[in-house]
Amino acid sequence: MLEPNNTYQPKIVAFCCNWCSYAGADGAGTARKHYPANIKIIKVPCSCRVNPLFILRAFARGADGVILCGCHPGDCHYTTGNYFTRRRMTLLLSMLDYLGVAGDRFRVEWVSAAEGARFAEVMNDFAAHIAALGKNVKLRDLRCAK
Amino acid sequence: MQKIGVFVCWCGSNIAGTVDVAAVAEAVRQIPDVAFATDYKYMCSEQGQAIIRQAVQDYQLDRIVVCSCSPRMHEATFRKCAESVGINPYMVEIANIREQCSWVLKDKAEATAKAIKLAKAAIAKVRFNTPLHAGKSSVVKRALVIGGGIAGIQTALDIAEAGYKVDIVEKEPTIGGRMAQLDKTFPTLDCSACILTPKMVDAAQHENITLYTYSEVEKVSGFVGNFDVTIRKKARSVKADMCSGCGLCTEKCPSRKTPSEFDMNLKNRGAIYIPFAQAIPKVPVIDRDACLKFKTGKCGICSMVCPCDAIDYTQQDELITEKYGAIVLATGFELLPLDKFGDLGWGASKDVISSLQLERLTNAAGPTEGHLVCPSSGKEPKSVVIVSCVGSRDTTERGKTYCSKICCMYNAKHAMYIREKYPNVDVTVFYIDVRTPGKGFDEFQRRAVEEYGVHYVRGQVGKVVVDGDGKLTVFASDLNSGRHLMLFPDLVVLAAAVKPAPDARKLATMLTASIDNDDFYVEAHPKLRPVESPTAGIFLSGMCQGPKDIPETVSQAGAAAAKVIGLLAKDHLETNPCTAVCQENICSGCKSCAHVCPYGAITYADKQIITLNGTREQRTVAVVNEALCQGCGACTVACPSTAMDLKGFTNKQILAEVDALC
Amino acid sequence: MELTDKELAQQILHLAGTDVKRCIQCGRCSAACPAGDKMDYVPSRMVWELVNGNGASLVKADAPWRCLSCFACEQRCPRGVSPAAVMEAVRLTVIRKQGANKLPAESLENYPADMPQQALVAAFRKYNK
Repeated sequence: MLEPNNTYQPKIVAFCCNWCSYAGADGAGTARKHYPANIKIIKVPCSCRVNPLFILRAFARGADGVILCGCHPGDCHYTTGNYFTRRRMTLLLSMLDYLGVAGDRFRVEWVSAAEGARFAEVMNDFAAHIAALGKNVKLRDLRCAK
Repeated sequence: MQKIGVFVCWCGSNIAGTVDVAAVAEAVRQIPDVAFATDYKYMCSEQGQAIIRQAVQDYQLDRIVVCSCSPRMHEATFRKCAESVGINPYMVEIANIREQCSWVLKDKAEATAKAIKLAKAAIAKVRFNTPLHAGKSSVVKRALVIGGGIAGIQTALDIAEAGYKVDIVEKEPTIGGRMAQLDKTFPTLDCSACILTPKMVDAAQHENITLYTYSEVEKVSGFVGNFDVTIRKKARSVKADMCSGCGLCTEKCPSRKTPSEFDMNLKNRGAIYIPFAQAIPKVPVIDRDACLKFKTGKCGICSMVCPCDAIDYTQQDELITEKYGAIVLATGFELLPLDKFGDLGWGASKDVISSLQLERLTNAAGPTEGHLVCPSSGKEPKSVVIVSCVGSRDTTERGKTYCSKICCMYNAKHAMYIREKYPNVDVTVFYIDVRTPGKGFDEFQRRAVEEYGVHYVRGQVGKVVVDGDGKLTVFASDLNSGRHLMLFPDLVVLAAAVKPAPDARKLATMLTASIDNDDFYVEAHPKLRPVESPTAGIFLSGMCQGPKDIPETVSQAGAAAAKVIGLLAKDHLETNPCTAVCQENICSGCKSCAHVCPYGAITYADKQIITLNGTREQRTVAVVNEALCQGCGACTVACPSTAMDLKGFTNKQILAEVDALC
Repeated sequence: MELTDKELAQQILHLAGTDVKRCIQCGRCSAACPAGDKMDYVPSRMVWELVNGNGASLVKADAPWRCLSCFACEQRCPRGVSPAAVMEAVRLTVIRKQGANKLPAESLENYPADMPQQALVAAFRKYNK
């Protein structure tokens, strides 16, 4: 688990779908499985609601990592939503790689409502990964700096 | 200017123990358009809600943010509260500072800082909230119950008694399920068939119940109140309306090579068969894989002997579509296949049997007419060993981690069956624990020890070895005395773990019902909503939701029925108002959106549009059917111009949250 | 300095590398153990003593020296615990103490000359430092 680092805390935004991953996040809370405070969750009805532009906006605003969580393929509450997510985000990752910016600052994970412990694991892993990558410099839009 | 009210809940010490709630309220009070901010111990309580109502009136609030537990808990509560004081229920946003903040952090400073950020994000979102109004959708007053065991039968009976039509779809040729296979039931030792068959008959004869046996659900679409279901009635090869149920065909069938599923493979059945004598409907089925006529073209004896001319080799599967308002899953269970338990003798000797097989052996209607015999020799056993927890409480890959709940009780039941009829047969039960939590359950198990002289030994069996002569040796230990034991029983009974029916997962996908890693359907809330799936309109009944015995199954069946009745009793349902909406003046009519809609909710129409620069134009634009739209948002991202947006989760709202969090 | 009971148990647990807290005391390992009837502390008891931090009773037990390292216990355990690893950890803890060889080099004289080389090597590996 990521220990609080007094010098650098990566900013991480997590998009979670209401039916599976948000419930999984709640499950992590119910089971008291800790993960770092710098991960903050935005609820969406389905992972397919997440526009790649939201993700780029997060990076532009200073997020160091963005993770998108949805239902396991085949289990989407809206049947096909996460298939679209999968395809769109593959393209987004391709684009980020092509632009030479760290595609590994963005991750897609499938977490079901029953996987509370796994949600915490995934968050801890991602937080450690982003902390190792350091601050997001390339995608940051300094005009948005507060 | 907007007037936002922010209410921070302590949730007792659940939040306040880790988050400085007063500091959160103070931090947001500084924001210019937050007209009022406070904290309180239990925001969801009557007093808490009164605080919200008072603040709305005193400060003319027009939108509300509650920082509390997960919206999945109390979003509905706070929406109702807002509505009661004149604020549109969708002008409320929840910041989850419990499950996603106080419960996952230890450091108070960190948790408070995170709670403040989450509150600010909710405030940023609520600034863009607009009043939304739920639509109405109709409710088809018919329920579908998938599964015709005791759970499905009981649920259907309760729904039918309330005056609603209900269909039971059962994949076996008869209803009755596992309970029909049992001999007696604990703790009363009632004859299982005697208490089940009247219910089966009631279900068959009830004017509101339609049975689809030897049928499976093929396709489901739609949503709560309006499910469209396709049912496949598999071809029995027998005309049900002509068949008299005399059973002559089953007696004369020359094919005897197929193990009977009902008799747990202890006996063979014909290719044309009725699973058991009290089957409902009492109409045979031809197993086309075993039938000589279908395999070779020769035979046809059943058709020749049938006095009613009911055999029809040309019969085809039939597809039926029907509309339902609610669906109940009651698909039951099977025993864990024991092929990985060769170390307990499974597969190495016919005399190592499963608990359900023992049930068939002692059942007077079973393959041996109730005589307890060793399957290998046909002789009565002199001693029997019962092994508990085979594949249960097992964290390795061959077992299930959960306790199967019913085995401790049925082991005692089995032990008493045997000792009752055969007082000279020695019975030993090896256990890890004895779990007897129900009414009269512990007393029941103690009778086995105290009255029937069953040996209960604490210590799991290590291995069962079969020698060249087929003799069994059981290696066990008595942990209480520390002694090693070697026993030589004639029969070993393995209490196998229970697991959901094999097609549970396929059904879950079809219905988009939640299912866990053990293939049990997931309930909406483990404590407070045990019979509903998180998916609206889908309900759960029986073993398919978790291991349970018959009393609990019947209780749960009634509970599921009550929920269904509550749903079907409504004249209309309020639909989710968070639907997609097309901003026509920037819609180019590219038609990218309809492709991604799972519900066919988007169509296109030619309209006269007033463009952004004030001219009139005839254009094809997207139109969303709000009754069909479920609000997933796929179209919003497919749309290249952001003309498609999702109410309640608009682009502006989400971007505001992103900005606030980064 | 002598280690406390609990510290000794911690050391053994660290060597064993198996999660003994998962044990539900079902006794399957003891039942499967071919040498179990000759042991003072059957495998499930050894695990129990370790769970409870009774280091002293573990190192005094005769059972680790009866253990054949056949791993039937580990294979049969429904909880993924390895009593075999506990046995090995106790053996190592004992023989690593100076002067605590279970099989002194001098004892070689007592063995028949035609004893298989392999048996000698295996025995010395297991019972000696």
